[in-house]
Amino acid sequence: METLSLSSLQEQVKSGSTDCRQVVSRFLRRIEEKKHLNAFLEVYDQEALDRADEITEKLRAGTAGPLGGLVIGLKDNICYAGHHVSASSRILEGFESLYNATVTQRLLDADAIIIGRLNCDEFAMGASNENSAYGPVLNDADNTKVPGGSSGGSAVAVQAGLCMATLGSDTGGSIRQPSSFTGTFGMKPTYGRVSRYGLLAYASSFDQIGPITNNVDEMAAILEVISGDDGMDATVSDKAVPKYSQMTASEGSRNIAYIRDCIESEGIDPDVKAHTLKMVEKLRAEGHTVEAVDFPFLDFMVPCYYVLTTAEASSNLSRYSGLMYGYRSKDAHDLESTFKLSRSEAFGEEVQRRIMTGTFVLSSDHYDAYYTKAQKVRRVIKDRTAELLNKYDFILLPTTPTPAFSLDEKADDPIAMYLADIFTVQAPLAGVPAISIPTGTHSSGLPFGIQLMANSFEEAQLLSFSKYVYELGTK
Amino acid sequence: MSSVYDNYELVIGLEIHAQILTRTKAFSSDPAEYGALPNHNVSTISLGHPGTLPKHNEAAIAKAITLGLACHSEIRKENQYARKNYFYADLPKGYQITQDKTPICSGGYVRVKFIDESTKDIELTRIHMEEDSGKSIHDLDLHNSLIDYNRAGTPLVEIVTEPVIRSGEEAGLFVTEIRKLVRYLDICDGNMEEGSLRCDANISVRLKGATEFGTKVEVKNMNSISNVRKAIEFETTRQIDAIENGETIVQETRSYDALKGNTFSMRAKELVNDYRYFPEPDLPPLIVTEETIQQLKESMPKLPEELFENFRNEYGLNAYDAGVLTETKELADLYLGITEHTENYKAAANWVMGVIKAWLNKEALDVDDFHVPPSRIGALISLVDEGKVSNAIAEQRIFPALLDEPDKEPLQIAQELNVIQSSDESFLEELADEAIAAFPDKVEAYKNGKTGLLGLFMGELMKKSRGKADPKVASEILKRKLEG
Repeated sequence: METLSLSSLQEQVKSGSTDCRQVVSRFLRRIEEKKHLNAFLEVYDQEALDRADEITEKLRAGTAGPLGGLVIGLKDNICYAGHHVSASSRILEGFESLYNATVTQRLLDADAIIIGRLNCDEFAMGASNENSAYGPVLNDADNTKVPGGSSGGSAVAVQAGLCMATLGSDTGGSIRQPSSFTGTFGMKPTYGRVSRYGLLAYASSFDQIGPITNNVDEMAAILEVISGDDGMDATVSDKAVPKYSQMTASEGSRNIAYIRDCIESEGIDPDVKAHTLKMVEKLRAEGHTVEAVDFPFLDFMVPCYYVLTTAEASSNLSRYSGLMYGYRSKDAHDLESTFKLSRSEAFGEEVQRRIMTGTFVLSSDHYDAYYTKAQKVRRVIKDRTAELLNKYDFILLPTTPTPAFSLDEKADDPIAMYLADIFTVQAPLAGVPAISIPTGTHSSGLPFGIQLMANSFEEAQLLSFSKYVYELGTK
Repeated sequence: MSSVYDNYELVIGLEIHAQILTRTKAFSSDPAEYGALPNHNVSTISLGHPGTLPKHNEAAIAKAITLGLACHSEIRKENQYARKNYFYADLPKGYQITQDKTPICSGGYVRVKFIDESTKDIELTRIHMEEDSGKSIHDLDLHNSLIDYNRAGTPLVEIVTEPVIRSGEEAGLFVTEIRKLVRYLDICDGNMEEGSLRCDANISVRLKGATEFGTKVEVKNMNSISNVRKAIEFETTRQIDAIENGETIVQETRSYDALKGNTFSMRAKELVNDYRYFPEPDLPPLIVTEETIQQLKESMPKLPEELFENFRNEYGLNAYDAGVLTETKELADLYLGITEHTENYKAAANWVMGVIKAWLNKEALDVDDFHVPPSRIGALISLVDEGKVSNAIAEQRIFPALLDEPDKEPLQIAQELNVIQSSDESFLEELADEAIAAFPDKVEAYKNGKTGLLGLFMGELMKKSRGKADPKVASEILKRKLEG
């Protein structure tokens, strides 16, 4: 289904040729048709229709905010006051948020229409969306394939035209990897660009909220609205937010590095490798400088990422104890059994695995061997990435080593699943922004993306160059 | 006779938690005041709801730095918060935000003073900031424990001493000094009963001359300074007895039972938590600038130790008076206020420690509630010094009137009450005659050498004068008449 762009939607509503109610209704029908994909955990149908009427009036009166009429879905780990939020976990069964996440509030203030909450891997832990307590999400390009994760529902909702855009969250690739698997645009902004207030934390020093869209323009418009200083999150930057929505495709020649180790890595699919190298050639042909560089840390990145994120997760998920809210075991009879039984019964296997791993790496006997060492490795990766990005404008690499894999293919092999993140963990380890651009099509017909990383807070340049690369790549 | 206890030396380190007086909590804008209805000073942040994040409370940080400055500590410029992880019902997030490897203050000392005026500097290991937990209440409901989360997230400083305290007395003096300090600096109300100031003690014993420490036992729940002393004394005896009986001391946490005057085991070491401290990723490092430290230094009030020296050296007070007057900042401020209106510093001290304090106690008022302007007390002292009224009249007649009409000049009150002292000789001679006439039989006795009877005649004279007689002149006249 061809989805209307935000700018043409706004024009058509203003001119009277359509209204937001019709647009929302069309998406609601589409959601119904595509129910088997299991992308939405909950659809706010009546609420979205009511709001559509309000936004139609605003658009016609010329008082609508910048996202007026944008029909958007939220990953089920972003708080929306008065609505359920569960991180696709049984532990938050029945829990309603009492407040709006900063991003939710900003979307509402900009007159976006929130249509529902989207399935994901439980607590954003996973690369296939098979870890949801509410069942897997299916890839709309091939229903036997996974959509990637953890923001699988968010990516598929855009892929299948169930809404115009979605928000996901990215800790080690959770926006970009599913974007690659579904042929959508997905960005993880610089750490500290977007407030995490109201995002159910997985790993606090990595998590960032970002958009998944059909095009760069809407990504820019959404990013402009959700970015910027927030008194509720001490890690958010007070740097001014550029007018991302006014950017145009990049002109002039750029310096680009591509990491030889990635292209040469063992697990990379031949089509993905060929496409990436072809992009290198195309860019060179257009007069850009594209150089292969060594970045001999590939083997360390995934282990480093898992030590640090599981450590933070083990602490972040302690609040889900069965005591104050969410699931409580029927067999709980005292404080200790409330904690132990509730957590054992309601957390899924992968979440329990990561809590235990994190508890282990933080334990006093193993702290230095794991946590301290991983922090040092992160420091090195951060410094070396920054060095590269001081020399080059962008780093180019595949988003994922392969296109979408089959359901159940890696479900029993956590290590193989973790390696699906091999190209995406560098950006969150270094804190820099990265985007997945859907330029590739595999011989199997499945889509896949290439990835660009930029220096911290250079989202404007990144968006502008992405727009150019997409045009170049799909020419 | 020497006892077996004399062979041992006591080694104590104290950990004092003081709730910082701030309007809002350590990491949220929830109100932090004591005494609200249970679970009213809470929000999604202090309840640790999904997605909430902490933020710095600048006021609490400033107070922690001020305390460090007062304790001669080194102030750390780059601070990192840490998470201390453990599960408990009153800990909403499953971790406590605290400081681990980078406390805001390191080192320093607090000087304590013994009765004989000798002093000892108790060295501090560190002072760090953290948030309080909620409060579990086990004795209100028969079947359930109740939890009040009002306290959750309240800012605390934890003051940790080196193991340099050697007796219950020293420990008590140290807590007293810390309480005085935090009150002077307006950091904490120092209320141990309500738990805004809490003290835990790590206690061990060893044979005198030993270089290794003995096994330490942590004692909690001593909610008054005298309980700190008693708990330490009990624990010392218990440990020495155990060692003398050939037992080994178990590393454990014990609780003090104030009713029984003993300690009992709370948890043994095999259940000791691994708190898995790691840097708090939700809070960026807190940078304290030299400028901030200087500003806080300059805005610090005079500390009790400094005032004590002033009162002794510049005001000529004895150690006892100076000690009492520096017990609280309010009392010291009241005294200093009065001394701006009189140079009779000793009399000012007597007024504050005597009549004024007695009245405040009787009325159950705080020093801050004393409503008579210090200038009036100064004027009253002058009336006495000038011989216009006797001290007794000033205390018993004018002061009560002043309490009712604090705006009136004491001289005017004295006039209205008709209590201006008389030194008019003819008037006093008349009264002396009357007083002597009242006890004819005692006159003979006086003349025969019972000069102590002078008091009887003075009393009669003063009664007849209704307190207005100048006692000095009157007693001379009486003596002259009786002996003449």
